[in-house]
Amino acid sequence: MLYRENGQFKSSYAADLQMLPIAQDRWFVLVLVLFAFLAVPFLASDYLFLSILIPFLILTIAAIGLNLLVGYCGQISIGHAAFMAVGAYAAYNLVLRLPQLNFLIVLLLAGFIAAGVGMLFGIPSLRIKGLYLAVATLAAQFFIDWLFARVKWFTNHSTSGSVSTAPVELFGWIVDTPVEKYVFLLALLIVFTVLAKNLVRGHIGREWMAMRDMDVAAEVIGIRPVYAKLTAFAISAFYCGVAGALWGFVHLGSWEPLAFNLTLSLNLLFMIIIGGMGSLLGCYFGAAFIVILPILLDQAPLWLGVGISTATASHLAFMIFGALIVFFLIVEPHGLARLWAIGKEKLRLWPFPH
Amino acid sequence: MLARNWPVMLLSAALMIGLVLPLATKASPPGFYIEVLLGGLMAGVLYSLVAMGFALIFKASGVFNFAQGAMVLFAALAVARLAEQMPLAVAVVLAFVIMVVLAWLIERLVLRPLVNQEGVALLMATLGVTYFLDGFGQTLWGSDIYKIELGIAKEPVMILDNVFQGGILVNKEDFAAALVAALLVTALSVFFQKTSTGRALRAVADDHQAAQSIGIPLNRIWVIVWSIAGLVALVAGIMWGAKLGVQFSVSQVALKALPVVILGGFTSVNGAILGGLIIGVGEKMAEVFLGPVMVKMFDLAGGGIENWFAYVLALLFLLVRPEGLFGEKHIDRV
Repeated sequence: MLYRENGQFKSSYAADLQMLPIAQDRWFVLVLVLFAFLAVPFLASDYLFLSILIPFLILTIAAIGLNLLVGYCGQISIGHAAFMAVGAYAAYNLVLRLPQLNFLIVLLLAGFIAAGVGMLFGIPSLRIKGLYLAVATLAAQFFIDWLFARVKWFTNHSTSGSVSTAPVELFGWIVDTPVEKYVFLLALLIVFTVLAKNLVRGHIGREWMAMRDMDVAAEVIGIRPVYAKLTAFAISAFYCGVAGALWGFVHLGSWEPLAFNLTLSLNLLFMIIIGGMGSLLGCYFGAAFIVILPILLDQAPLWLGVGISTATASHLAFMIFGALIVFFLIVEPHGLARLWAIGKEKLRLWPFPH
Repeated sequence: MLARNWPVMLLSAALMIGLVLPLATKASPPGFYIEVLLGGLMAGVLYSLVAMGFALIFKASGVFNFAQGAMVLFAALAVARLAEQMPLAVAVVLAFVIMVVLAWLIERLVLRPLVNQEGVALLMATLGVTYFLDGFGQTLWGSDIYKIELGIAKEPVMILDNVFQGGILVNKEDFAAALVAALLVTALSVFFQKTSTGRALRAVADDHQAAQSIGIPLNRIWVIVWSIAGLVALVAGIMWGAKLGVQFSVSQVALKALPVVILGGFTSVNGAILGGLIIGVGEKMAEVFLGPVMVKMFDLAGGGIENWFAYVLALLFLLVRPEGLFGEKHIDRV
């Protein structure tokens, strides 16, 4: 009843091109953003910020990056945590060696460096695709893991191989309390989401989707595969690089070698599968799901009052996690975003059946 | 086959030169060199075994089975724990039965509902299976480090000590492993070539629809293929467990089998074997001979080249010969 677009006519080009064409959507998003900025900082506890909201915001940026590549351009990657590592270590070295740089510039540069590395490892995609490409990106994962663990320059010759960072400082604002971190990340996430939304509905996103749907046909209508695929790799790695730098500086603070390992890569992939491939909204759902699920699984035995050892609990968590992934793939292969879309469709007609 | 493909020639030549360089430059005594070579071959046998599981399943059902490593772990855990209660032979048979049941369950609960989905979704599903099996195996069998005792002497034997100075140290267990692997491969190829079930499997591998249209039951074939992959996983798990102990890392090390199948060609069992040997030898050589050089040259904090050598080799190989050594020529135009 409330969610009707009857009577909303597009009478100008601007109205036709806007990101959220339905007025109710615009209001909903506006209220949501205001709530996230104004209400959440006062409502949430430190625990909620540190263990759920902050990882959620950063991982959403990374998931958007991966989704641009996998969901929109159709090139699979199981090595995207490596690009996060590139971003994190690039930012670490930039801050260390050029301390006068503003953190936002560091963030951008880290993203660009990750983009360069991403393009390098995207080159195989010009010759291979599908599962073969998956293994090629796995090479990126293991090689980059090794690089940062072994080459002493990257960790500034730290003996244990782990690095630690000072809190982020922006124009005199030191981002160190959970609330400040949250607000900073939320602002960044919104910027990156809007950017991604406009990328995928612009010409470059259409090129990616054409490439994904049928590469030969895309080439016939004049899309250069080299350009489309490498830009997808570059932009995707850029997002992950930025997310990696944020993960290191804002979330972890200090990290050990192999903080960005294969498990993280797989988790990113799960996020976009469970959330929905080729959907930005899906990245939010997927990231939330993957962040919250392990915590829930950890807590569940406590709530149920079952006394099981932590080892058993973690194994059970593994099992439930795996089973849920399979379950989701079987029940809703298009992810949570698809469920959301179905819900919206139903809501348009409600309460009338037709 | 390889004659006109100069990048492949170049890569193979580089590998060959890399292989004989330590010997030619007298960087290592020949006895030590051969020990490293043998060590690499033995690791290669294990990689081959895991890779064979990949290749079998991919060939017959087009599923890229990420869970092969988890299956190896599961089988090894089952054998190790069952052998505590009963004789080893009974434990192995019982573990095989468990693997068959597992194959049937996977086919029933995971593959059948997902039939006709795209490859990526199936890959994801096997990832889910990986997580499930890792958790399930350790819940069921425990998560300590277990030992599988095969009753073969562990002490290395010195051979050829009159030919080389210092002789060569070899492990009897390794030879047993190589022998069993060879037997398994022979048995499998006889099964594939001579029995009617094997013929049906090859038919399904060639063309699902055509096979179905002449009355080959796809679902049963898949159960059989996954059972065979389970058997291969069982053998690999026993070998690995006897050599290094059964623990969680077995599941991770099995990821090394991915570059092996790339190198050998996704659909080729022979390729998996050869690829495993190449990668096993290559990474041992790289670690032992190239590692120290690189550490000195780039001021590294330790070697560990073997962590990525296989993947980078596979990556290079993909660029020059995407179908692998023995894979089917047909690869979609990109």
